[in-house]
Amino acid sequence: MKRALALVPMAVAAAVAVFFYLGLGRDPAALPSALIDRPVPAFELPPLLADRPGLAKGDLVGQPHLVNVFASWCLPCRAEHPVISDLADSGAVQVVAINYKDKPADARRWLTELGNPYARIGVDESGRVAIDWGVYGVPETYLVDAAGQIRYRHVGPLTAAVVRGELLPRLAALR
Amino acid sequence: MIAELGHFAMILALFLAVAQSGLGLVGAARDDGVWMAGAGATAIAQFAGLTVAFAALTYGHVVSDFSLATVAANSHSAMPMLYKVTGVWGNHEGSMLLWVLILALFGAAIALFGMALPAPLRARVLGVQGLVGVGFLLFLAATSNPFARLAPAPLDGADLNPLLQDPGLAFHPPMLYLGYVGLSVAFSFAVAALIEGRVDPAWARWVRPWTLAAWVFLTLGIGLGSWWAYYELGWGGWWFWDPVENASFMPWLAATALLHSASVAEKRDALKSWTVLLAILAFSLSLMGTFLVRSGVLTSVHAFATDPERGVFILVLLVIAIGGALALFAVRAPSLRGGGLFRPISREGGLVLNNLLFATATATVLLGTLYPLFLDAVGGPKVSVGAPYFNATFVPVTLPLAILAAVGPMLPWKRADLGAVLSRLWIAAAAAGVAGLWVWWRDTGGPLGAVVGIAFAVWLACGVLIEWGQRLALTSGDARRILGRLRGLPRAAHGMTLAHLGLAVFICGAVGDSFWKQEVIREVKPGETLTIADYQVTLDRVSREPGPNYTATVAHLSVRDTDGVLVTQLRPEKRFYPVQAMPTTEAAIWSRPAGDLYAVIDAGGPPRTASEQSQRQPAEAPARWLIRLYFNPLVPWLWAGVVMMAAGGGLSLTDRRLRVGAPARRPAVDPAVS
Repeated sequence: MKRALALVPMAVAAAVAVFFYLGLGRDPAALPSALIDRPVPAFELPPLLADRPGLAKGDLVGQPHLVNVFASWCLPCRAEHPVISDLADSGAVQVVAINYKDKPADARRWLTELGNPYARIGVDESGRVAIDWGVYGVPETYLVDAAGQIRYRHVGPLTAAVVRGELLPRLAALR
Repeated sequence: MIAELGHFAMILALFLAVAQSGLGLVGAARDDGVWMAGAGATAIAQFAGLTVAFAALTYGHVVSDFSLATVAANSHSAMPMLYKVTGVWGNHEGSMLLWVLILALFGAAIALFGMALPAPLRARVLGVQGLVGVGFLLFLAATSNPFARLAPAPLDGADLNPLLQDPGLAFHPPMLYLGYVGLSVAFSFAVAALIEGRVDPAWARWVRPWTLAAWVFLTLGIGLGSWWAYYELGWGGWWFWDPVENASFMPWLAATALLHSASVAEKRDALKSWTVLLAILAFSLSLMGTFLVRSGVLTSVHAFATDPERGVFILVLLVIAIGGALALFAVRAPSLRGGGLFRPISREGGLVLNNLLFATATATVLLGTLYPLFLDAVGGPKVSVGAPYFNATFVPVTLPLAILAAVGPMLPWKRADLGAVLSRLWIAAAAAGVAGLWVWWRDTGGPLGAVVGIAFAVWLACGVLIEWGQRLALTSGDARRILGRLRGLPRAAHGMTLAHLGLAVFICGAVGDSFWKQEVIREVKPGETLTIADYQVTLDRVSREPGPNYTATVAHLSVRDTDGVLVTQLRPEKRFYPVQAMPTTEAAIWSRPAGDLYAVIDAGGPPRTASEQSQRQPAEAPARWLIRLYFNPLVPWLWAGVVMMAAGGGLSLTDRRLRVGAPARRPAVDPAVS
């Protein structure tokens, strides 16, 4: 009895160690979206620029779209901007945007300064639509397939590695 | 060149640690006096080597040698000197070097001050200590070299995380590490005792001062961290049940239990295997804390330098150290025989209950901290366990401790008459009742938690003072006799009284802040006034002021009392550190015994980059400013309670019995070996 009891601490420690090992490979910051493989929520946003239309649920069909949630006050958005521009220039996917909780004048200045990679931009000044999308913080990027279903979500700035390793393979699979 | 010397010294220390463990463990097994003495010498040499290494790294930071990767990543030429120095341990590599330096410090301390120990025990303790050192030095050298060079060297560094550029946090890691790593001594003693297969009162007496010293540092370290979170994060909270906070709190809980159970092992020769187990667990939990903070298995606001590869390395170290010690425990513990018998109602019984409660509290925190990891590993949903869980499970376990801490010290050893003890505490019970009713009346039936919490705190404080007063024979009224007793009472007894009183004060602070906090958040124009608690706070103006490596938006607030008399001025700041493009909040706090008035300015709108900020300031500076005011009742009591607990520990540490000690061990050990 006493001998068996003395083994308990070691057994518990071993079990915890196994979980630690399993936990190592995982990214605790990865946030699965509840909307993966679900249709885009219904929304309609007014345009930001005179020469680009706004964004609504009905626009996200017919071909895959990359929906990028950005704001001029968000520093990582600035960091991912060249990556998004390259992606848009490559023509691999139609890139559209939701401008999140931003002053339209600031957003326009930001795009003038950095260039506009987006085919459509919807203004979500109140952040209401972003809530329906489950946006956790800007920047965030969603891949929507031709049927208007959300297939992939990336939290944080897009990097070339993410584009190569996650986005492009998924895009290829969609076609 | 200096960095290479440091690198060399670090690797030398690794080899010395290997020698130390070999000489200590093998020497003790062969009963070879020369080898055992060698373990002491190598421990001191290892400490010297690591001191050189640490000094070299510090030099690199002080002179801003950006060809060193860690300096380039965590320092900047414009940083104030204080933070250049504290930046040494404000990153993964440097803090690991500090970790092993402190480990070696304790090893050297055992070698120098452990002369009273029997030579084989001392050699084995040093040997185990050396083994831990080998593991972590290997980790440093293999995965986290603090002396790695960059070619070409950058012109300037990336700056230290601005949140860490703060005096409170500057000294938090060294304190915490002194506590964490200090527990390694208790661990080494436990493993050495298991190797020898003997745990006796003398062993317990030797372990206690080391554990107590580590506990004092750990208490102060956690207190400093909490204080930092309180004023720097700008939320006005002081404890968030964050995984990293829990990682430091669990060893504290285990060490507190160990302190109490070691007194039973020392005085009554009982609870031996339990005490040994606690000594192993306390250090295991601090190792686990190191792993959690650095491996990235859990998300935390504090985690830094996470890297799965390093995680695997630390995990292997953990499995070897903890698994090895617990395996030894499984083999040896059943043969440890308890000596003293006791009734359930006795000092021993009280301490057993204390240990059960502390163990449950530790398990509760452990479960809450690791639950998200467990669930994720079995494919469950992502969850985070927050304050509601801990408040619902931890607080009910710890409140009985407050009752017990008043009763326990009055119970005599072996067998006690609970009725007689409780009758001595009737004043405490009455005072607790009155205090509870007063709180209930003041808040008109107000929160049950506050009523119970304050009543328990008053009960504890009164009980502690009654016990102390009776020991001093205060009621005799004879001043000479009282003074004589005051001097005659062991310092450890005074220390215990002070620490338990500190707990009561701490509970008051926790209750006050949890239940009576007030807050006002409003956008105001200069000239407008906000009312909070009994104070009128006016925003006089907002200015922009440059700092050494940041720019600050400073609110000038005047605080007036109900009569309109100016009582103080507050200057909360929002700082912007351009190098890391990161804002920090510098709350302004006005502390009174009744509570803190806590003011924060939010610069209004989202953070902007440096260039945008400088461009827009004059034209677009907002006319309104978001000001957050909190009145945090009794928060200074939290810090006072922590300081009292630590001071109580420190006072016990100066007790003659612990310093001189030299307890007679039963004759089985041969003291002639030198």
